[in-house]
Amino acid sequence: MTSVAERPATRGFIGLPVDRVDGRAKVTGEARYAADTAIDAPLHAVIVQSTIASGRITEIDESAARAVPGVVEILTYRNAPRVPVLPFDFTAPVSEQLAPLQGPEIKYDGQHVAAVVGTTFEAAREGAALLRIRYESATAEFDAEAAREIEYPEQWFGHEAQTRRGDPETAYARSEVRLDATYVTPIENHNPLEPSVTVAEWRDGDLIVHDSTQWVRGTRAALAKHFDLDEERVHVIAPFLGGGFGCKGFFWPHAAIAAMAAKLTNRPVKLVLTREQMFTSVGHRMETRQRLRIGASRDGRLTALLHDTLGAASRVSTFVEAAGGVSEMLYDVPNVAVSHRLARLDVPSATAMRAPGEAPGSFALESALDELAYACGVDPLEILRRNYAAVDPSNGKRFSSKHLLACYERGAEAFGWSDRPRAPRAMRDGDELIGWGVATATYPALRSPAEARVTLAADGTVDVASATHDLGTGMYTILAQIAADALGVEPDAVRVRIGDSSFPNAPVAGGSMSSASVGPAVQDAAQRARREAIRIATSSAGSPLHGMREEDVETSGGAVRAKGEPSRAIAYGELVRLRGDGAIEALGSAAPDGEEKYSFHSFGAQFVEVRFDEDLARLRVSRALGVFDCGRILNPKTARSQMIGGITWGIGMALLEETVRDPRYGAVVTNNLADYHVPVNADIPNVEVEFVEEPDYALNPLGARGIGEIGITGVAAAIANAVFHATGVRVRDLPIVPEKLLGAPAS
Amino acid sequence: MRTTDRPAEAPRASLPLTLRLNGRDTTFVIEPQVTLLDLLRERAGLTGTKKGCDRGQCGACTVLVDGRRTLSCLALALVHAGADVTTIEGLADDGQLHPMQAAFVEHDAFQCGFCTSGQILSAVAVVRDGRARSEDEIREAMSGNLCRCGAYPNIVAAIAAVQGAR
Repeated sequence: MTSVAERPATRGFIGLPVDRVDGRAKVTGEARYAADTAIDAPLHAVIVQSTIASGRITEIDESAARAVPGVVEILTYRNAPRVPVLPFDFTAPVSEQLAPLQGPEIKYDGQHVAAVVGTTFEAAREGAALLRIRYESATAEFDAEAAREIEYPEQWFGHEAQTRRGDPETAYARSEVRLDATYVTPIENHNPLEPSVTVAEWRDGDLIVHDSTQWVRGTRAALAKHFDLDEERVHVIAPFLGGGFGCKGFFWPHAAIAAMAAKLTNRPVKLVLTREQMFTSVGHRMETRQRLRIGASRDGRLTALLHDTLGAASRVSTFVEAAGGVSEMLYDVPNVAVSHRLARLDVPSATAMRAPGEAPGSFALESALDELAYACGVDPLEILRRNYAAVDPSNGKRFSSKHLLACYERGAEAFGWSDRPRAPRAMRDGDELIGWGVATATYPALRSPAEARVTLAADGTVDVASATHDLGTGMYTILAQIAADALGVEPDAVRVRIGDSSFPNAPVAGGSMSSASVGPAVQDAAQRARREAIRIATSSAGSPLHGMREEDVETSGGAVRAKGEPSRAIAYGELVRLRGDGAIEALGSAAPDGEEKYSFHSFGAQFVEVRFDEDLARLRVSRALGVFDCGRILNPKTARSQMIGGITWGIGMALLEETVRDPRYGAVVTNNLADYHVPVNADIPNVEVEFVEEPDYALNPLGARGIGEIGITGVAAAIANAVFHATGVRVRDLPIVPEKLLGAPAS
Repeated sequence: MRTTDRPAEAPRASLPLTLRLNGRDTTFVIEPQVTLLDLLRERAGLTGTKKGCDRGQCGACTVLVDGRRTLSCLALALVHAGADVTTIEGLADDGQLHPMQAAFVEHDAFQCGFCTSGQILSAVAVVRDGRARSEDEIREAMSGNLCRCGAYPNIVAAIAAVQGAR
């Protein structure tokens, strides 16, 4: 072992393309996801779902199911433990106001109505197939436009849902150029590769749950309320998630059912939703019809913007797809009206899905601006620049850090935008029409209070603990980088432990807020641990730095050193031993501030090339470039991956993804991965990603904003705009499947 | 789940099954309806192989059976008696990562990691079968393995790097 003095100085891992610290675990199969939990002789539960959309259960015949060897219990509303209907709130995020297995009423097709529990998965599955349930159907509604009940929600996640400034109707009526267009986005399902899982076990009245959740603390609170327990008696564990994208952010009823089954059988129970069940039981992106009315001057300056969103909502959820939010803040428009309406239908509940609001909203707004550009004879990129908002027009505040114009500029140059003929159908390569499109990307830079604990151990290792998550986002890695830099150690000396409700509090891994919330908390905890180490080093008789002033020492290479005399040093591990009473432990925290002064947002520019072969009716994205302004990038390797992922989602949204329900009965008919098309490898071209790296120190000391969601925003519009440029056909309803392009005007 | 009128059947006989699993002969006693995937995960404790859809549409459960890419969720275990089965746990050589595993880490060819076992085993077979001669060929050959995180360009880069080093 080399001595402390010989080790190289270590500093500055933030910003380096460090390989994922959990990479080895993931490529060797050692990473344990919820369904991989090693648990002794669990029972397996398979859920049975309703096959009507509205009405009630009239008869349940369990005889054949119970006769299956290995079936040990069947939970229905007749015997399930009682749990209450719970409201959604931001401490206990219960998605549906419909307590599972509590009564015969059916609110949508695909509602959980039973769980068959067996000693093997095979027995439970067979029992589920043999459970006979009869229903009495009531009239059901599935069409948002014809809905009898339309609700005007007051707010979404604390924001006002109906807003206006100026006099938008009058300004629109008086505008030189007017556009009135309706954009339609379909139901989409998150479809993480890992289906939702809960492994539940009761031990002496405590509930232990391994769950595929993006929010261990939220799941803990929701379970505690379901079973009337103190939160400390519920332990939720989720070290690895096989993707989430929002469908594992809030609490869904299967987790309660797993705990109910474990309670009833007094055994650990593993419950994994089937892929089919993932289409009705963990939320989806709400379908929207967005009417935009835009007024502008002849040179393309916006004077009025009216954005009305009609969403198709369930009867048992308060979620709002806030598609109009983007119209409030993205462009400098004096007269704006944003309205959101919810049609109450007999359908499953929607939830947040990667960039909720912004993803469908930016499709409508950025498509409309492209239409306006052609109407005004202005270049589609120029019209975005021309309406640039230097301050947030929704509240008059300065943006903490906004470099959107640089994104446009760098993207245009890299993409070759200026070489583009503006007219549709003007670019061709052999049999293929080529089109280029552009759109603005945007997502708010959110934060929540967060805590972390950093522990320096006698063996020189650094332990970081926080109840945050890594959905594939790179959280393990960036927290190791942050702690390493704060302490002057190598990232591989840092052990990051996350995804455990007993760790210090952290918010939902959603809203692109984890890096900006948990990162500073870890930095704070690590700095506190470092200060304590320095105090011990300079005040302990056995230390080579004894008697030195704290400002005369520094930390690097895993040790506290005298400035200018690096060989006079003492390693962290030795300091712990010197201290004599266990590890050096520090709790750190971070909380949002500065909101009264600044508006915090990320921005970007999406450039896309599409190719359309008219003879084959084949539409492909052939190039994609995203340039993003997201503050300081903590790890360019994982950040680039996340942006590629977001753009890939945008390509799926634009061209492929749609959950189709039977319009007569309300059942999902595309409830599998052959009928619901997520992008495959051959659908995705080489995606280019660039960052305008301007740190946002008003947001937090790291200067970093979250990057999980902005990557998808604007992509669908850029593709629709490119399709128009290629073909002359404006498609306002997603996805842009080739049949919507047939009958294009001839060249 | 669909309801049926089929009466419950008598308990099924469990049958012995021996597989060469990651280089070691391993014997199980299982019912005939157990899939290779559920055998690996629930009975052999090899949870590196993932269940993403249980109907052969996502590729997360890909393993190598006698060297061939196989969707283990669609394979009844008993059908493969005596077969040589390689899972992700059997790829590293005494702790040394297989070049494809190392390339996936280096090129950040995954995010959540849930599809990764299937991607890597698929990729190993694609390279060995000579179907990785160009990026387009890799994209095509790897399109049976879904990655919802969208790591596709990095997966292509990782495979191309391994192919290039051959």
